[in-house]
Amino acid sequence: MKKLVNNPDVVVDEMIDGYLKAFPKLVAKVEGSGRALVAKQSLHGNGKVGIVIGGGSGHEPAFMGYIGRGMADGVAIGNIFASPPPQPIVEATEAVNQGNGVVYIYGNYAGDIMNFGMASDLADMEHDIKVESIIVRDDVASAPKREKEKRRGIAGEFFVTKVAGAASARGDDLSEVVRLTNKANESVRSMGVGLTPCALPQTGKPSFVLGKNEMEIGLGHHGEPGVEKGPLQQADDVCDRLIDDILNDGGLKAGDDVAVLVNGLGSTTQMELFIMFRRVEQRLSEKQINIHRSYVGNYSTSMEMGGCSVTLMKVDEELKALIDAPAECPLYAQYE
Amino acid sequence: MIQATDLKKALYSMRDKMAEERDYLCELDRHLGDGDHGVTMDIGWKAVAQALDDLDAETDISVICKQVAMAFLNAVGSSVGPLYATGFLQAGKPFKGKTALTSEDVATFWIAFAEGIEARGGAKIGDKTMVDTLAPMAAYLREREGGFDSEGALAAAKKGMESTKTLQANVGRSSRLGERSIGTIDPGAASAFLLFKAFCDSVQPREKV
Repeated sequence: MKKLVNNPDVVVDEMIDGYLKAFPKLVAKVEGSGRALVAKQSLHGNGKVGIVIGGGSGHEPAFMGYIGRGMADGVAIGNIFASPPPQPIVEATEAVNQGNGVVYIYGNYAGDIMNFGMASDLADMEHDIKVESIIVRDDVASAPKREKEKRRGIAGEFFVTKVAGAASARGDDLSEVVRLTNKANESVRSMGVGLTPCALPQTGKPSFVLGKNEMEIGLGHHGEPGVEKGPLQQADDVCDRLIDDILNDGGLKAGDDVAVLVNGLGSTTQMELFIMFRRVEQRLSEKQINIHRSYVGNYSTSMEMGGCSVTLMKVDEELKALIDAPAECPLYAQYE
Repeated sequence: MIQATDLKKALYSMRDKMAEERDYLCELDRHLGDGDHGVTMDIGWKAVAQALDDLDAETDISVICKQVAMAFLNAVGSSVGPLYATGFLQAGKPFKGKTALTSEDVATFWIAFAEGIEARGGAKIGDKTMVDTLAPMAAYLREREGGFDSEGALAAAKKGMESTKTLQANVGRSSRLGERSIGTIDPGAASAFLLFKAFCDSVQPREKV
């Protein structure tokens, strides 16, 4: 696959370099660190609870694009599709700590759990920083409901981060930020479909193989195989499958309000994403589920993978207020 | 006896092995995960070699192991980062202040390495992970007593690695595949075997251990 890169071994560092130079007023590298970034506004001493996110590269704008006002304060950046090691996580933690605790938000993957877990121990033992961790598990395709703790985190992490960032920005204390973030995490469900693979810059080879007219339902956002492969169907049918599986997982009924995210995996056009959203709206409206706020676009990608995911988060009054709060990050912003 | 310099030489040859087998390990991983295992191991071991370059004068085995662990961890993160880092930290721990390993010490080293990884990752034999390679190797060395026997330990590790082909993954990313994980050797089990083999090949011809 063709890519605009120089040396495949340094793609992540060159990406970070370009990102910092593009948004010098908004983001900065933690001094002395290679892979820990902070939002410049977080360096102001307003005593807020710190929010640190992170994960592998290749999901841009996640995760580095989501540090800024009303979102996360710091981010630790790993190699492509690989958790960052503890060191940059601890560096980001120290940089955003204002004495009132730090919350980690990351996806449910073995590597992230070990590295963020070690970082949380180090932050506590060596820097006396109280850290709470929220592990995102929104992908309903990745494990059945009875094994919910095994589910991986995908695009729903955007909503979880939004809620945490808004709660901490308005001055909620650590236990309140944790309570609300957990509530968001419990209320969010996603499912994806893959049409075409992505390739790691170092190998140039596709991460999985699909036939010309095949799709994979439930595909993971690192190309992990999903629940089934089948012939490519029309957008409405694909959308129905995703929505049905999400709704069958429970938690939503007529009269409920939801935030919706139709997320592109990298090479899917806005045209396709809006065609998908159109059907999501039809289906929810049939079920008398009210869409409170919508997001359509590339929020968590898998490099140039083709396909999309649909995320629904049930919102009550307190989650609505947090989802509607303004946010300003280099790669995402919303206003009143 | 294996001197600290022999250990370093073995570690460099483990680096070479990962560079050689990078594409093979990626290929295995494409069936089970995101296809990057060879890249990850290559990055990690290149960082280890860089750390060893800076340790030219260092002969304390535990210090060497600690540096190797931290270099690998900080270069890769991922899940293998904490696992191998813990393995090397535990392997080196008993040898604080020592500059050489007896045959018994080498057995202790690898048993501690395997136990460290098992404790950190929580995987058991049969879960289709690197533990399937490392645990039988450690079990062989534990039962054998009387020092390190690379031939027997390698055979146990190889048999364990090969067993992953018919296993269904229970932990890690590939566990989401269910039955579709059957039929491919686990890339983590394969790299663990290749590393151990590179170590044995490096120390064996010169030092009868």
